[in-house]
Amino acid sequence: MTTKAFQRIYTQLEAITKATVSLKAQGVSNDELATVAGKLAQVVKIKGDIVTLQVFTGTEGIPTDAEIIFFGEPPALNVSDELAGRFFNAYGEPIDNGPKVEGERRFIGGPSVNPYKRKQPSQLIPTGIAGIDLNNTLVSGQKIPFFANPDQPYNQVMANVALRADVDKIILGGMGLTNDDYLYFKQMFENAGALNKIISFVNTTEQPPVERLLIPDMALTAAEYFAVDKNQKVLVLLTDMTLYADALSIVSNRMDQIPSKDSMPGSLYSDLAKIYEKAVQLPDGGSITIIAVTTLNDGDITHAIPDNTGYITEGQLFLRLDSDTGKVIVDPFRSLSRLKQLVIGKQTREDHGQVMNTGVRLYADASNAKTKLENGFDLSDYDLRCLEYAKEYSSRLLSIDVNITIDQMLDTAWELFGKYFKPEELGIKQALVDKYWKGNK
Amino acid sequence: MKTTGKVTGIISNLVTVEVDGPVAQNEICFISLGNSKLMAEVIKVTGKNAFVQVYESTRGLKKGNSVEFEGYMLEATLGPGLLSSNYDGLQNNLATMKGVFLERGEYTNPIDTEKEWEFKPIAKPGDKVEAAHWLGEVEEGWLPHKIMVPFSFKGEYTVKSVAQPGNYKVNDTIAVLTDDKGEDIPVTMIQKWPVKVAIGGYKEKPRPYKIMETGVRCIDTLNPIAEGGTGFIPGPFGCGKTVLQHAIAKQGEADVIIMAACGERANEVVEIFTEFPELIDARTGRKLMERTTIICNTSNMPVAAREASVYTAMTIGEYYRMMGLKVLLLADSTSRWAQALREMSNRMEELPGADAFPVDLPAIISSFYARAGLVTLYNGQTGSVTFIGTVSPAGGNLKEPVTESTKKAARCFYALNQSRADRKRYPAVDPIDSYSKYLEYPEIAEYLNNKVESGWVASVNKAKNIILRGKEAYEQINILGDDGVPLEYHMRYWKSELIDFIILQQDAFDPIDSSTPMERQKFMLNKVLEVCDAKVELENFDQITAHYKNIINIMRQMNYSEFKSEEFNKYLDQLNTIIRHDN
Repeated sequence: MTTKAFQRIYTQLEAITKATVSLKAQGVSNDELATVAGKLAQVVKIKGDIVTLQVFTGTEGIPTDAEIIFFGEPPALNVSDELAGRFFNAYGEPIDNGPKVEGERRFIGGPSVNPYKRKQPSQLIPTGIAGIDLNNTLVSGQKIPFFANPDQPYNQVMANVALRADVDKIILGGMGLTNDDYLYFKQMFENAGALNKIISFVNTTEQPPVERLLIPDMALTAAEYFAVDKNQKVLVLLTDMTLYADALSIVSNRMDQIPSKDSMPGSLYSDLAKIYEKAVQLPDGGSITIIAVTTLNDGDITHAIPDNTGYITEGQLFLRLDSDTGKVIVDPFRSLSRLKQLVIGKQTREDHGQVMNTGVRLYADASNAKTKLENGFDLSDYDLRCLEYAKEYSSRLLSIDVNITIDQMLDTAWELFGKYFKPEELGIKQALVDKYWKGNK
Repeated sequence: MKTTGKVTGIISNLVTVEVDGPVAQNEICFISLGNSKLMAEVIKVTGKNAFVQVYESTRGLKKGNSVEFEGYMLEATLGPGLLSSNYDGLQNNLATMKGVFLERGEYTNPIDTEKEWEFKPIAKPGDKVEAAHWLGEVEEGWLPHKIMVPFSFKGEYTVKSVAQPGNYKVNDTIAVLTDDKGEDIPVTMIQKWPVKVAIGGYKEKPRPYKIMETGVRCIDTLNPIAEGGTGFIPGPFGCGKTVLQHAIAKQGEADVIIMAACGERANEVVEIFTEFPELIDARTGRKLMERTTIICNTSNMPVAAREASVYTAMTIGEYYRMMGLKVLLLADSTSRWAQALREMSNRMEELPGADAFPVDLPAIISSFYARAGLVTLYNGQTGSVTFIGTVSPAGGNLKEPVTESTKKAARCFYALNQSRADRKRYPAVDPIDSYSKYLEYPEIAEYLNNKVESGWVASVNKAKNIILRGKEAYEQINILGDDGVPLEYHMRYWKSELIDFIILQQDAFDPIDSSTPMERQKFMLNKVLEVCDAKVELENFDQITAHYKNIINIMRQMNYSEFKSEEFNKYLDQLNTIIRHDN
């Protein structure tokens, strides 16, 4: 951070906790940045003459006579086209040995878009993954998280989705990324030759957790620059939002706030909504789409973090290891894209909706047959065909390593229908069966 | 002279102000910050310190910023032009705001002051009038919008003059009233009213005795809501709360619909903005938007204004009720409002109640629900506000403070069930847990028996009993196996499935099935009960399954066909053949 002429300097702290310091100071404004013994901090509370600052790196080693310098403004990011291809830390400082970014200085965490000025999302985002495109189609302007257990390859799936998506900019907000995952993303982006459309804001596990709180706002300020000022289609990746929420609870705990469910702050819903609701389809063609990761504790979605997230986002994508095929699949039962009906059959082939529903219904029949088998009941011929179908459906369509066009997905589904079933077992409109059926009639 | 003050403390959107004069609880003030003024409301006073919740971001605010108190509480502006408007929680018109972003301190006029309305007088010079009496009316869309004596007027007034029929703007004087001291008071078409105070001035508030049709079968047939009644819809995410509420908004048999989107997704509001101006109201043939007012304070808009949004919506509803109109108020979701209360209570360091919610949460919720109701006006006409709120229980668990508090206040309970939603049985309203207290009202039973048909309530209860017995049978079948229970159990189970598929399940996206008029609901329920009563000789459970699956398929086709059309009758004949053959 550059030093400025009007800075006010203090040298006496009144109180120190693990995450905050307090001092007597005048003329300080809410949300303003400061350094405390060289560490970056932000004003979170003013009470009379006492100002409380949240120190992002933690307060280890801060003495009561530390030098406190107020900057007179909230956290900001320099925005310009120079952002493209660069890597930054949580404060928006380059970490790729490149030069400082010149551009307009914008405060992060800015105002919301007037809901009346929004447009209804309507542009399909193809990813090549059938578990997404076929069953849970993504739409630009949507906000959707992956719900995944920590051992699942969510970052790899997300990187694939990002690189295949037809967007102008990809912005990565990494919170508590392991160094290995950070290097993975970096290498993926470099190998894909897509570096010039990617901007990264990264906080790794080696860095203090409270710093993470700045990452989403930094990433979204950059996103708004490209979407609003440049009318571009921007995809924002946020991983891992569970670690972000954990950082929120650390700060609120240090500020003596009363915790609500699962030791999370009572404002968790609003805090998360402020981030996710930045996803928008703008009237002039620009858009911000957010794909996030919320890691779960053993698939538990009733925990406050996934629960609040589910009420905010427009669906969720569940990853699951399918033991029958040994592949990680996008779970067709628990995943949902709330905006899919805006594009299915409109921007995709006419049979998309019916093929999607039928494919999932037959997969559900297979899962019932499996239960019957486990309980020792006899299986009918239909049950056996369902089980065979499910294996192939899982490995050829649901698996996350699939990369084909939506028409190919639909053709594959028809091929499987034709291989294992009779037309009357599908319940699909006759006109579509006449046109697309691939088996014996 | 206005009371002023200086900012002395800031924690997020809670600001303490040292004041130099009297302040009132819930009084509105404006905090100066650079060139803009931030609106705030007093929520607590101790000594010289007023605690105010700011309706905007407090970023950049400093100790010492000046504050001006306005001497009034948060008010709604009431007059012609409210319908088809889109407001934020503080009744700023979102459509007339300039930029793409909501800038701090930008406040817009809720009512167009330039538009001319064709005024027709109702009162005559010499009439004795009181607050809420009708002076005249203008046509708002197709509704007669009454211009009333302002609700804040106390005592009796004499009408001195009323404007001639003609075109007037809302701020033009349309009547002059003389008070008991002989002073003349001009009255315009608009008035203001504090949102946290219920609008009174009606003669009485009788018990509801009529039903408000929604076209949704699992509500109208099984657990009807009364006109002027209250209900709530709790459900985990993904269970179809919003789809159900939108269906009720589209089909509800009301003159005026007010939708408060409180702390929910912006794209859902965009859907209403996009769809409602296109959709046609089947009863009037007019655009749905013409009878709708949207108050939207989405989840990313300032938290404090969430609370204001539901009160603003209720106040507008009460205003139209005083014109003798039927108002349906929908709020999605009241949990977000409760969370806003929790955030503020926490910042004020109040001792928390359950789940850190403020201890007075049940009282706040019940006094809000109490504002709904049917009223008799001074002239004997009736008006009503029917209120349905959604609740988003944390973790989908109904044993949480907002759901429990609401359950005590609302008379209808439409529980959305996760397992029904998982099995795509929409609307996922649980037929066993849900209830309508109104079915127990003798006046409602009498109304239904007259309006629908004699014996209707008995039929409804019979259907409910079949569902309950079906569930019990299903549990036994699951434990003992298909062969381990008497055939009678399979019959019971399939009869309840028949009611589930034909009456409870309804396709909200099908043009015909989405809305079922009462006449048709009566026909279908009676038909279903006739099937249940018909004697059938079936030898094993496979035959029972096949028999009922066949009937379900035929009756579903009936649901998808135009009522009493050729197609409908074709399926009806098929059905009758099966029933009669069995007999």
